[in-house]
Amino acid sequence: MSSNKELTQEKKIVVSIQDLFISFGDNHVLNGFSLELFEGENLVVMGKSGCGKSIMIKCLIGLQSVDSGSINIMGTEIANLEKEQLDDLRTEIGFLFQGSALYDSMSVRENLDFPLRRHTNKFGVLNNTDAMIIEALRSVGLESAIDLMPSELSGGMKRRIALARTLILKPKIILYDEPTTGLDPITSKEIVLLMKSIQETYKTSSIIITHDMDCARAISNRMILLIDGIAYVTGTFEELSKSIDPKVKAFFK
Amino acid sequence: MTIAKNNSSRLLSFFDEFGKLSIFAVRFFKEVFKPPYEFSELLRQCYNIGIKSLLLVGVTGFIIGLVFTLQSRPTLQEFGAVSWMPSMVGISIIREIGPLVTALICAGRVGSGIGAELGSMRVTEQIDAMDVSGTNPFKYLVVTRVVAATLMLPILTIVGDALALYGSYLVEFNKDDVSLQLYFGEVFSALEFGDLIPSTIKTFFFGFAIGIVGCFKGYNCDKGTVGVGLAANEAVVYTSMLIFILDFIAVLLTDIFYE
Repeated sequence: MSSNKELTQEKKIVVSIQDLFISFGDNHVLNGFSLELFEGENLVVMGKSGCGKSIMIKCLIGLQSVDSGSINIMGTEIANLEKEQLDDLRTEIGFLFQGSALYDSMSVRENLDFPLRRHTNKFGVLNNTDAMIIEALRSVGLESAIDLMPSELSGGMKRRIALARTLILKPKIILYDEPTTGLDPITSKEIVLLMKSIQETYKTSSIIITHDMDCARAISNRMILLIDGIAYVTGTFEELSKSIDPKVKAFFK
Repeated sequence: MTIAKNNSSRLLSFFDEFGKLSIFAVRFFKEVFKPPYEFSELLRQCYNIGIKSLLLVGVTGFIIGLVFTLQSRPTLQEFGAVSWMPSMVGISIIREIGPLVTALICAGRVGSGIGAELGSMRVTEQIDAMDVSGTNPFKYLVVTRVVAATLMLPILTIVGDALALYGSYLVEFNKDDVSLQLYFGEVFSALEFGDLIPSTIKTFFFGFAIGIVGCFKGYNCDKGTVGVGLAANEAVVYTSMLIFILDFIAVLLTDIFYE
């Protein structure tokens, strides 16, 4: 765990979740979950299907309300924010959805243009957004797809375009909800490499929800296993893979 | 006991749904006047709702005019009152049949379309994606569609009415060689502003009902792909019921006003 201590000492915390509780009726999904994300870090969260991983990152961005607990992003407690303040904070956080969530009725250009045009607070009034759109598409290697519709794209291309749309607002934090799910191994590898290059180029901090061990091994600086609604164990991939705890071992078989 | 329990839970869920719809409508009025305005999306929705419904509304109106005249003619002939045909058709179409039929057609085409489109956007997390990018999906998706439906329905009704009257004229021309000027002269001499104004005003309300119910059902859709179908279906059913209720209120108010 020495690497964790170094990270804690050197870097500042950009996301902090403390004692998060969420339940749906009698189903207690999170039971006091806590997490800290450090600047420039890739933090992988793993857990069984339905254990509340996606719900947890949706709480971070205000898409899901919480029963109790505190969520602090870059020094701001999100529970106290007005809608406008939350929208401003959201421009600093990118979110890659599991199904890409591209707007079906818009071309790739319009998909990327949509958030840009509506954030005059951050970027000023933009007369020509093409340069920013092309730069974002170039960073995912898909400039040629600029005028295509989402229905004309493959699954991997959709994921890349969604990533470009996330990058266009130049976020400081990126939340990935199962970024390689539903993709073939080669495309998954490409997406993982892309995520790494984004971290290096844009100096982003990321929380990655995944079931994909190869993805976790390749990208994580640190991992958390979410079991029974809590952060059961934290450590690097290597540390967790050598664990003798049966609950942890089950993930690495 | 079970039947009474079921009925009371149905009644509760009806009031729950009605309350949520009212809150949704209040949010619409709060957002509609607040900048920024999504003009280009509004124009796109006007095209989708208005221009793309023209053919259906026009053909239906035309056929209703033809059929209505053909069906009424023998009865009027029996009483020697065929000359009353333009006045009767004009008043019936303009006051009641035109607005109601146009609204029901649009409830089917537009209401279900909006419900299904927004429902599938909700299920595929596109609405969430708008939310997390810090934009206002309600303003972009709901406000534009409701405003477009409210503005387009009166125009569609006018087109539907005109084609219904033209259909009626063609029957009269075929049977009695009546001229276009004479036919429409008779129609308009029978009509008063009191016929035109309330029937036009109520179409704005019909358009609003189509837009707001379709958006409400789609925007709050859940339960995956099954939910999308349900949203489209319920949008049509609820809107149709609401249109009849609004029509009844409009007729009642007009009647009170005339008295």
